[in-house]
Amino acid sequence: MSGRVETSMAGGSTVVTRVVIYGLLLFFAAVFLTPLFVMLITSFKTLDEIRDGNMLSLPQNPTIAPWLSAWGTACIGLTCGGIKGYFANSIMMVVPAVAISTLLGSVNGYVLTKWRFPGHKVIFALMLFACFIPFQAVLIPVARVLGMVGLGNSIIGLILVHVVYGLGFTTLFFRNYYEAFPTELVRAAQIDGAGFFQIFRRILLPASGPIIIVTVIFQFTNIWNDFLFGSSFASGDGVPMTVALNNLVNTSTGVKEYNVDMAAAMIAALPTLLVYVVAGRYFVRGLMAGAVKG
Amino acid sequence: MSTTTIDPGAIPRERANRREVLQDWLPRIVLAPSFAIILLFVYGFILWTVYLSLTHSRMMPVYTLTGFDSYERLFAQPSWWMALKNIAIFGVLYVVICVGLGLTLAILLDQKIRIEGVLRPIYLYPMAVSFIVTGTAWKWFLNPGTGLEKTMHDWGWTSFHFDWLVNADMAIYTIVIAGVWQATGFCMAMFLAGLRGIDGEIMKAAQIDGASTYATYRRIVIPALRPVFLSAFIVLTHMAIKSYDLVIALTGGGPGNATELPSTFMYSYTFTRNQMSVGAASAVIMLMTVAAIIVPYLYSELRERKQ
Repeated sequence: MSGRVETSMAGGSTVVTRVVIYGLLLFFAAVFLTPLFVMLITSFKTLDEIRDGNMLSLPQNPTIAPWLSAWGTACIGLTCGGIKGYFANSIMMVVPAVAISTLLGSVNGYVLTKWRFPGHKVIFALMLFACFIPFQAVLIPVARVLGMVGLGNSIIGLILVHVVYGLGFTTLFFRNYYEAFPTELVRAAQIDGAGFFQIFRRILLPASGPIIIVTVIFQFTNIWNDFLFGSSFASGDGVPMTVALNNLVNTSTGVKEYNVDMAAAMIAALPTLLVYVVAGRYFVRGLMAGAVKG
Repeated sequence: MSTTTIDPGAIPRERANRREVLQDWLPRIVLAPSFAIILLFVYGFILWTVYLSLTHSRMMPVYTLTGFDSYERLFAQPSWWMALKNIAIFGVLYVVICVGLGLTLAILLDQKIRIEGVLRPIYLYPMAVSFIVTGTAWKWFLNPGTGLEKTMHDWGWTSFHFDWLVNADMAIYTIVIAGVWQATGFCMAMFLAGLRGIDGEIMKAAQIDGASTYATYRRIVIPALRPVFLSAFIVLTHMAIKSYDLVIALTGGGPGNATELPSTFMYSYTFTRNQMSVGAASAVIMLMTVAAIIVPYLYSELRERKQ
C-alpha cells in the first residue's frame, strides 16, 4: 500500500506534502539521535570546553583522555580502576547466560511443538506468563535463596537469575519458530528410526539459524542492559557494567567529570549498539516476537 | 512409533520396549528441568512474596502470619500514594503519546520514503541501549545548569526557563519525555508491520471511489490496525509498570519523592528502609495489576492460535 495514498492528490500539493513528510521524519530522527550525539561529542571534550562551550557544538580540541580515564582510572565507589573490571563482569555474566538460556529454549520449543503430550498448552502458558511478571514480585525470595546457597554477590548467581527469568522468552521464540516447521519431516525421520535428539540435531537445528540469531541478540541486549537484578544481587566489585555506570555518574565527590561519565556511558552502550548496527533486523524481529504474538 | 525399523531378532524384545518407553518419555524428561525451574522460581517465589506480604517482616523475613496489616500500612504511606499517582500520570501519557507518535511515524514512513532504511533504525535504537546509559545524556540535557536551559541562555534567550527535572511538580513529566523517547520507535515498528500487512487493493478501491487520504486512513487503515493497537497498549502498559531504570537514571525518585513509582517504592522499602513486608505487599499489587492486563490477552492469543 505504500505510496498509493499521495497519487490521488494534485501535482502542486504533492510536492508540499512530500516536503512536510520528509521534514517531520527528519526532525524526529534528529530528536531521537540527539542524546547519543551529545554523549558522543561530550566524551571527546575537555572539561573547560564543556563548561564554557555549547552542548551541541563539536569538540574544538578533541581528546581521548576521557575515554582512557573512564576505562582505566575513573573512581567508582572506593576503587579507582575505571570501568574495565565491570565491563569484564558483564561479559562473564552475559556469555554463559545467553548460551544456556538459548540452548534450553530451543529444546523446550522443540518438545512443545514436535513432541506434544497432554498438558503441553498449560505448560507453555505458564512459561509465557513468566515473561511478563514484574520482577519485583520475585526479588526478595531470589535475594534470600542466593544468599542461602552462597551465591549472593557472585557472577554465577547473576547468570542463574538471568537464565531462569529469560527462559520464558527463549522458549517462546523457538516454539513459535518450530510451530511453522513441517512436522511431516519429523515424522518421516522417526519412521526411519531417528531418535529424539538425532532429529533435533540433524533436522531442526540446521534450519534454526535465524531464530538462534534473534534469540541470542534479544537475550544479549536484555541481559547486558539489565539494571534491576544487577543492583539487587551484586555489590562492590562484583556489579555489572550498568550498575557501575550508574554509580560513577551519581558519585557526588570532587569535580563532576561529565566527559568521563559520557565516555563510560558510550563504552557501556557499545556492545549492544554494535549488535544493533550489525544485526538490527534480527533485534527488531525479537522485539516483535516478544510483543505482538504470544 | 519406531518399531518398524527395529529388527526383533537383533534386539531382545524387552530392550526394545525399554527403548520405546524411554523415547516416549524423553521429551517430557527434557522439558521437566525448565518447567520445574519456572514453577519454583517464578510461581513458587511469587507465593513466597505473597506470604511475606502477610507477615511483619522487616529487615529479615519472619514467617508469622499477621493478616493484611502490611497492606494497610502500605496504603497509609503517603509515598505509596505518590507512586500510584505518578504511575497513573506516567502510564497514561506514556502509552497515549507512544501510540500516537508511533502511529504517526509509521504512517509517514509508509509513504514510499526513499531513506526509510536509514530512518527506521534511528527511531528504534533507544530500545537497544540501556536507559542507564542514555539517561546519562538525558539527565545532563534536562539539568538547568548544563543542558537545554544553559544552551538557550548561551544563544541569547535569557528568559528561557526549563527546570522540570528539579521541579517537584514537573519532574514526573521528564520521566514521560524520556520514556516516550525510548519506546516510540518500538511502537512505530509495530504499526509499520501492521500497515504493511493491510491489503493494498482495499486502499486502491477506496481511492478510486474518491475517498480522500484522510478518510482512507480514518475509515479503512486505522480500523484495520485494531489488533496492533491492542498489542501496543498491552505491551506499553506492562512496560510502564515495570519501568525502573528510567527513574533511577534520571531522578532517583526525587526531588523528594516526586518521581517515585511503584517499582522504586518496592525497592527502597525492601532493601533500604527495611520494611520488607510492605515492599512485598507493593510487589504483589504490581503483579496483580500486570496479571489483570496480561492474562486475558495471553488467553485470547493462545485460543486464537488453535483455530
